[in-house]
Amino acid sequence: MANGSGRPLSPHLQVYKLPLTAVMSITHRITGVGLAVGTLLLVWWLVAAAAGPEAFARAQGFIGSFFGLLLMFGWSAALYYHLCNGIRHLVWDAGKSFELTDADRNNKVVLGATAVLTVLTWIVGLAVW
Amino acid sequence: MASNSKTLRSPLQVARGLGSAKHGTEHWWSQRLTAIALVPLTVWFVFGVIGHLGADHAGFIAWMKSPFSAVMMVLTAVVVFHHAQSGLQVVIEDYVHVEWQKMALIIGVKFLSFALAAACVLAVVKIFIGA
Repeated sequence: MANGSGRPLSPHLQVYKLPLTAVMSITHRITGVGLAVGTLLLVWWLVAAAAGPEAFARAQGFIGSFFGLLLMFGWSAALYYHLCNGIRHLVWDAGKSFELTDADRNNKVVLGATAVLTVLTWIVGLAVW
Repeated sequence: MASNSKTLRSPLQVARGLGSAKHGTEHWWSQRLTAIALVPLTVWFVFGVIGHLGADHAGFIAWMKSPFSAVMMVLTAVVVFHHAQSGLQVVIEDYVHVEWQKMALIIGVKFLSFALAAACVLAVVKIFIGA
């Protein structure tokens, strides 16, 4: 090994291509932070509804704008990713699915479920809107 | 101190019960507990939001006047912010290594999270008991 000790090195992030499992791990954290920031929109929505019809219409107007819908799309995709990958983390916490073959399969399950749920939500959402 | 040769207590005996030995898994456990709670709450929230996308103010108020919906919304807000602040705390602890900056950020995130949760709860309560 490069450090001469024969011990394993931790990956050098600038030159090491992260495997999908690692990318999904850091994505879980990034979506978590994004969702935390996105809660500001939830607070605005609820407080506006409590404040009255005009404030609520302003909040709804922003959410329904192009920028608002773009935010909502990102937020919903992040929410589904964090939800699906979070369930996967709970499975890991239970001590299961640590084999590489399980990890590779579950990468695809989480990504697939996120995509399907996000697209389905927007199809239904835009249909009833 | 444990290294003091005048005491018969071993270093292990002195250390026992101190530090993370008391609450080592508390933070981890509360993060998981809120995560589990958020699975059904998120499903409820998503269905609720989709069901009220086209609703006007009156429609939204009617939704929050149902005791079940009001309770679910309060639970969602409280658990979301609890989960968010505990997750953000871990992120800050991992990446911010200047002690005062780390403390300031963690305190700020926690105060803001609980303030926002309180605002959500008050909003739902106001709608629920309002005329």
